[in-house]
Amino acid sequence: MHTAKTPLVELKNITTQFGSQLVHQNLNLTIERGERLALVGGSGSGKSVLLSEVALLKTPQAGSVTLFGQATAQLSTTKLIQLRKKMGIMFQQGAMFTSLNLLENIMLPLREHQRLPEQFLKELALLKIKLVGLPASAATKLPQELSGGMLKRAAVARALALDPNLLLLDEPTAGLDPASASAFDDLLLELHATLDLTLILVTHDLDSLWRVSNQVAFLGEKQVLCKAPMEELTMHSHPAIKHYFANTRAAGARTRGTGANQG
Amino acid sequence: MQEKRQRPSLLLTDGNYLLYGDWTTAYLKQWLDLQPSLAARPKELQLITKAMDTNGAMAFLHIFGDQPSHWPKGLTATQKQLLDLVLKERETTIPEPARLNWLADIGFRVSQFSGHGAQLLSFIGQLFTALYTLLCNPRQFKFKLFLDVIQRDGLHAVPIIALLAFLLGAVVAWQGGLQLKTYGANVFIVELVALTHLRELGPLITAILVAGRSGSAYAAQLATMNINQEILALRSLGQNPFDWLILPKLLGLVIALPLLTLLADLAGLLGGSLVAHLQLEISPTLFWQRLSKEVSISHFFIGMIKAPVFAIIIVSVGCMQGMLARGGADAVGVRTTRSVVQAIFLVIIIDAIFSVIFSDAGW
Repeated sequence: MHTAKTPLVELKNITTQFGSQLVHQNLNLTIERGERLALVGGSGSGKSVLLSEVALLKTPQAGSVTLFGQATAQLSTTKLIQLRKKMGIMFQQGAMFTSLNLLENIMLPLREHQRLPEQFLKELALLKIKLVGLPASAATKLPQELSGGMLKRAAVARALALDPNLLLLDEPTAGLDPASASAFDDLLLELHATLDLTLILVTHDLDSLWRVSNQVAFLGEKQVLCKAPMEELTMHSHPAIKHYFANTRAAGARTRGTGANQG
Repeated sequence: MQEKRQRPSLLLTDGNYLLYGDWTTAYLKQWLDLQPSLAARPKELQLITKAMDTNGAMAFLHIFGDQPSHWPKGLTATQKQLLDLVLKERETTIPEPARLNWLADIGFRVSQFSGHGAQLLSFIGQLFTALYTLLCNPRQFKFKLFLDVIQRDGLHAVPIIALLAFLLGAVVAWQGGLQLKTYGANVFIVELVALTHLRELGPLITAILVAGRSGSAYAAQLATMNINQEILALRSLGQNPFDWLILPKLLGLVIALPLLTLLADLAGLLGGSLVAHLQLEISPTLFWQRLSKEVSISHFFIGMIKAPVFAIIIVSVGCMQGMLARGGADAVGVRTTRSVVQAIFLVIIIDAIFSVIFSDAGW
C-alpha cells in the first residue's frame, strides 16, 4: 500500500500558538514507516502538543500534516475517522475509562468498528491483553485496581485494539520503577518487531532513548533542531542539545543502553 | 482494482480456488461473513493476501482452525510468524468476574452497610473536632473561602429563589382564593398565604433549591478532589481538609440560607398579595395591614429557625458524599446524585418533625 518512499508522517511548516505564546514556528519533521522515533526536548518545548497534532486531536495554526500520504487539512470527517483508526495513542495518565473494566475498555473501539459476534470480540480484546504481557485475570479488573505499570500496559492494549500502523506514546515510562520501565521498553521493541508498527514516543527517559528509539528528534527554539540516531545526536554541537545530554545521568544511560544493545 | 483485491473474495479460476483479500481489522466482518462458504471449502485453496494484522489473524484462526496443516497455501513467512504469535497468546476462555454465593453476598452487603455507618459516624466526629479546634483557634478560619460561599451559594442564588418563591406564593393564593371566594371569606387569604409561606413553603423551597444547586456542587467538587488525591495532598501538607473544604461551606451556608429564606418569604408574600389584588380585590395596603395585625411574628421565626438546620444538613450530606467517593468518573456522578436525593429527603423529614414539635408546643 505504501511504498518505501512515501513517508508515514510529514509535518511541514507547522506553527502552533497558545494565546501569545508561540510553541512551534515553521517546524518540519518527516517520519518514515517502521521508524521508532523519540521526541525529546526541554519542558515546554511542545512535544506533547506535537504528538496530539499528529494524532489529529489538535489542529496547528499554520502548516500541513500529512499522514499515510494524505494531507489532512482538506479531508472529510469520514476520511479523518478512518485515519484516526490507523493510529493508536497512549495518553500520559492512561486515560482508561474508569467505569469499564479492562476487557470492556479494549472492546469499546472494536465493538463500534464493526458488528462482530460478542465471543469473537472478547477473544480479540483478550489477545491484546496477552500481547502487552498482562495476565488474562487482569481482564475483569477496573483501571483503578491496576498498578501503575499494569495501567500503562493496559493503555497500550487499548491503543492497539484496532491494530494501528502508527502508535503514539506520551511519556510511556514516566512514573515506572526502573525494572518496569525496562520491561516496558522491551515490550515496545517486541511489538514493533512483530506487528509492523511505527512508534512515536515523547520521553524524558534516557534509557528508553538509547534502547527503544532508532531516530531522535530534538525539539528546541520552536523547531526540530536535529533528527538523528542517538549516537549522532549526543555528538551534536548545538548548545541546547549539548546542555540536554551533558550530565552524569545521560552518560550512565549511554553505557547501560549500548551495553543492552550488544547483549 | 487494488481496492477489489483488498476486499475478501473467493474466486474460481482455471479450476483453482483463489482467496483474495487482506486479513486486516478493516475486513473482519467480511471474513466472518465468508466463513460459511469457506466451511464447505474446496480442497485446494490458494491465498492471495498482502497484509495481515493480529485481529485479522484471529479471524483466520477462527475460520481455518489451529492446525497449520489445515491452513490454505500462500502464507508468507512473516504471516506465519504472526499466526504463531497469535496462536501462542490466544485464549478462548474469557475470565468472568468472581461472583459471591448468596450467603457471602449477604455478608458482604451487611459489612459494607456497617462500614458506611462507621464512615458516617467518623465524618460527624471529624466535623465536630474540626469545629472545636476552630473555636479554640478562630484565626485558622478561612475567611476568604467563607465569603466565596456567601457569594456563590447565597448572592448568586437570589434571582432564581426570588422568582420561584414569588410564583409559589401566587399559586397558593390563587388556589386558596378560589375556595375562600365561595364562602365570601376573601380576606382570610392573608392568613392562608402568610401561614403556609412563612412557616413551611419559604424555608422548604429555599432549602430544596440550594440542595440542588449548591449541595450537588459540593459533592462533585469534593469527590473529584478525593479521586485526584487532592484531599490526601492537603493532609500531607499538614492541613485539615475540613478547615479548607467543609467548615467555610458550613458556616457560609448557615448564614446564607436564612437570608435566602427571608428573601423567599418576602417574594412569596408579594406574589400572594398580587393575586389577592387581581382575583379577590384585596388591595395591597389592606393585605399588608392585615398581615401585621393578624399574623403573629412567631410564624416568621418558626420558619427562620429551620433554615440553619437545613443548611447544616445540605452541607454535611454533600460534603460527606464527596469525601466517601472512591474510584473514577462514575463515582462522582453517583455521589452527586446521592447527595441531592439524601439532602432533600432529610430536609423534608426534619421539616415534618419540626411541624409536629411546634404544633405540640402550641406555637
